[in-house]
Amino acid sequence: MRSIWRTLDRRLRLDIALVCLADGVVGMSYGAISVSAGLDLWLPLTLSVLVLAGASEILFVGIVAAGGSPAAAALGGLLVNARHVPFGLAAGDVLGRGVRRVLGSHVMNDESVVFALGQSTPDRRRAAYWACGLGILVCWPLGTLAGGLLGGVLGDPDAYGLDAMFPAVLLALVLPSLRDDARTRRTALAGAVLALAATPFLPAGLPVLAALPALLLPLGGAPGPAEGGPGPADGEPVREETAR
Amino acid sequence: MNAHTLLLPASVAVLAAGTFTFRYAGPLLRTRLGGTDRAERLMTASAVVLLVALVATTALAEGTGPAGVARPAGVLVGGVLAWRRLPFVAVVLAAAGTAAALRLLGLE
Repeated sequence: MRSIWRTLDRRLRLDIALVCLADGVVGMSYGAISVSAGLDLWLPLTLSVLVLAGASEILFVGIVAAGGSPAAAALGGLLVNARHVPFGLAAGDVLGRGVRRVLGSHVMNDESVVFALGQSTPDRRRAAYWACGLGILVCWPLGTLAGGLLGGVLGDPDAYGLDAMFPAVLLALVLPSLRDDARTRRTALAGAVLALAATPFLPAGLPVLAALPALLLPLGGAPGPAEGGPGPADGEPVREETAR
Repeated sequence: MNAHTLLLPASVAVLAAGTFTFRYAGPLLRTRLGGTDRAERLMTASAVVLLVALVATTALAEGTGPAGVARPAGVLVGGVLAWRRLPFVAVVLAAAGTAAALRLLGLE
């Protein structure tokens, strides 16, 4: 743990601490909303410890609080969390093996992955991933607990603009990967368009995955799929690949 | 305890176990697939594509509809500051502050 911290420079440490703090604040609103909706505190708290993936938890408590089936809530949450499979393919090299791989998998989330992707050396990748992941492992449940205990005292979290914070954080963190790679930038933009186009038609979680076929688009030689890779998704106009 | 009261904790367990399986699958598959340069680049690009799509959908959509004005404006302001390499804390506060200020003015 100390070596993780020493590998990171001051600015990166501050950034990671700030993201963890921001997640704690969002956790507070999640805890408060859950309790205000009439759910027992154990539910959001257990989810935040065992699932540790904010969007899926918020969806889960939203469905249950509205009187929906817990089984449907679990299924919806799983769809939202399916993106962790490609995340693990991209950032899995930082985890290590055995117990480390188990704990490292549990602390895999949007923020820890994006911090890892932004680093240039393997040491820094590993340190950034673990520092952010472990920080959120602590801050998210603590925020949920605090929010659940304070309940409605905090008022409407949207009034503080908290909902704009998460996308802005991710955007700021993913920018370095886009800034110096025109190919990835074009692919990512095309993917965002696909995801937004799919949003009115698909349940939560799936629109994000609908961005992946953008990797198959011939956008000035976007990193192509492996030989015989998956074809374009149904209904999306994808031109013939150049690299086949 | 009847079947219905068990359904909620069981569903929590299913979500937790399934989510862990998703997270564990990537690092496990990665070692099996072996890391060619090309595969490596493709996997990194797919993570970036997913993250950008996540930014777009969480910034611009609410459920299956549009998110209104305040949140997208906040994210846009944050994004511009990040592009101009302003400190991260400024990005976060500007995004939340912009959305909050617009709502205070009655713009949702």
